[in-house]
Amino acid sequence: MALDKVLGTETEYGITVRNQAEYNPVLASSTLINSYRGGRARIQWSFDEESPGRDARGFGYEDSLPIELETGLVNVVLTNGARLYVDHAHPEYSTPECTDPLQAALYDKAGEAIMAQAVASARALMPDDERMFVHKNNSDGKGNSYGAHENYLVARSVPFGDIVRHFTAFLVTRQIFTGAGKVGSENGRPDVGFQLTQRADFFEEEVGLETTLKRPIINTRDEPHADSSKYRRLHVIIGDANLSEYQMFLKLGSALVILNALEDGALPEPVLLSDPVGATWKVSHDVGLGQTVALDDGRSATPLEVQWQYLEWATKYLNGSDADAVYGRLLDVWEAVLTDLEADPLRLSDRLDWAAKYQLLLGYRERDGLEWDDPKLRMLDLQYHDVDPEKGLYARLAGAGRMQRLFTDDEVLHAAASAPEGSRAYFRGECVARFGDALVAANWDSLVFDTGEESLKRVPMMEPLRGSKAMVGDLLDQSEDPAALIRGLGGKDG
Amino acid sequence: MAEQERKQTAPQEPEQDATEVEPKAGEQGEEITERIDDLLEEIDSVLEENAEEFVKNYVQKGGE
Repeated sequence: MALDKVLGTETEYGITVRNQAEYNPVLASSTLINSYRGGRARIQWSFDEESPGRDARGFGYEDSLPIELETGLVNVVLTNGARLYVDHAHPEYSTPECTDPLQAALYDKAGEAIMAQAVASARALMPDDERMFVHKNNSDGKGNSYGAHENYLVARSVPFGDIVRHFTAFLVTRQIFTGAGKVGSENGRPDVGFQLTQRADFFEEEVGLETTLKRPIINTRDEPHADSSKYRRLHVIIGDANLSEYQMFLKLGSALVILNALEDGALPEPVLLSDPVGATWKVSHDVGLGQTVALDDGRSATPLEVQWQYLEWATKYLNGSDADAVYGRLLDVWEAVLTDLEADPLRLSDRLDWAAKYQLLLGYRERDGLEWDDPKLRMLDLQYHDVDPEKGLYARLAGAGRMQRLFTDDEVLHAAASAPEGSRAYFRGECVARFGDALVAANWDSLVFDTGEESLKRVPMMEPLRGSKAMVGDLLDQSEDPAALIRGLGGKDG
Repeated sequence: MAEQERKQTAPQEPEQDATEVEPKAGEQGEEITERIDDLLEEIDSVLEENAEEFVKNYVQKGGE
C-alpha cells in the first residue's frame, strides 16, 4: 500500500503583547523563539536548492559549495527534528517528518508545549506590566488569517487533476470534524453567530498557488523537499489549528488515507461539488449540520452524507490490508465522530474543538443572557486557544478530564525533545542533539557540517524514510565526532 | 489501542440509552446542567478581565 510515506504539519501561532507601547509582532515572535530553552541548534535554515541529479545518491555526503544563508530571521532546528521560526509576523512550528497520523498529532501537540515553554520564558524577561500571549488559532476575528497547514507526501505519478477531483469534496465536508469553531464571520461573509471553522471565510478559489490572499481549497505549491521525480508534497491549507488530540488524529488520518486510497486506485468516481467555494462557507456556517451542498450531477447531499461515503471507501481500502493497527483505530474514531455528529454534535464536546467551544459559549449565553457579539463570548473564543496551560480554556478542559486525550503530558514533552524514529527527522534531530556545534545549516533535505576541514560537508537526505534510527542509530552511537560520522556515512551504501 | 478508545467513550453511552423512563431523563438533564454550571464557574475564574479591550486590541497580521 501507499501508506508508507511521511506527513507533518506547520502552524503559525497568533501573538500579542499587552501594554507594550511600540509593539512589533516580528520582534515579539523573535523574542518568543529565542526564549525557548529546549534542545535546539543555533544554526541557519538554508533554502538553497538541491540539484535533481543529487537524488540518486541517496544517503551519503559530498563536499559543499558555499551555502547561502538566510539572514535576519530567527530560524532554529530542534532536537526533535522540528523547525521553529518566525514567518511573516508569526511564530511558526513545523513538525518533523512523521510516519503515521497519530505520531503527527503528537508532534503537533509537542509544538504547543514548546510555545508554552517559550512564552513562559519570554514573560520572565519582560517588564511586569507587559504580558505576552500566544494563541494556537487562525484568525483575529477582524479579517486577518494565518495558517495551520498539513503536508502529505503523494506519489508524483498521481495526476494533480485527480487530486483536485477526488479531494475537494473531502476537504469541504470534513470541516464538520476539523473546525476549531469561531464566533461570528469575517471577510465579507454573511453574518452568523457561531461557525464550525476559523478558516472557511478566507477561502475564495478552488485551485491556486496563493496562500495569503484569494486562498484556494486545493493549493498547488509543489516543493516536495524530497526526490521530486518520485513525490509531490500536497500542501493542504484549508484546515484549522486544533487543540484536541483526538480531532487532530482524525483530521490527519482521514486525509492521509483518502490520498493514499486515491494513489492506489481505490477511490471510485469522485464526489463533485457544483460550487466548492460556496459550499465551504455554507458547511462552516451551518452548526446544525442539516443543510445540503449541491453536487455536479444535480443531486445534493449533507456534509455528513459525503463523509459517510468517504469513510466507506476508506474502510474498504484498509480492510484486509496489512496497514498498521493505528489505521484500525482511525476508522473507529472516524465512525464514532460521524455517528455522534448525526445524533447530537454536542456529544462531541469532549473530542472536537468546535463542539467544546460551542458548548461553553451556549452555557455563557444561557447563564448570562449574552448576545453573540458580546465581547465576553469573543474573549472565550480567543482564550480557548491560549497556549498557557493555566489560562488556555482548552487546556483547562483537558486538565479537568473534560476532553478525551490520546497522549500523556510526558509523551508530549518527550516528543518536544526527541525526534520520531522512523524518518530522516531522526538523523536531523540526533545531529542537533549530539553535534549541534558543528552544524552550520540545515533544511528538510540536507544538513551541512563544519568538521574543521577545508570544505563544509553536506549530507543530502532526499529520501524522507532514510535516516531512521534503524538505519543510522548504530552509526551515530559509534561516531565520537562529526568527522567520524561523515566518514561513516561515506562508507554507507546510498 | 482501539479497545482503549471504546472504554473511554463507554461511560457516555448509558446517558444515550432510549430505554430510560422520563423522570430519570429529567434528572440527567439537571446533572448535565450542573456539570456545565461547574464548568462555567471554573472558566469564570481564569477568563481574562477587560474582555472588551483585550478583544479590541487583538489584531494579527495575515500570514502563511
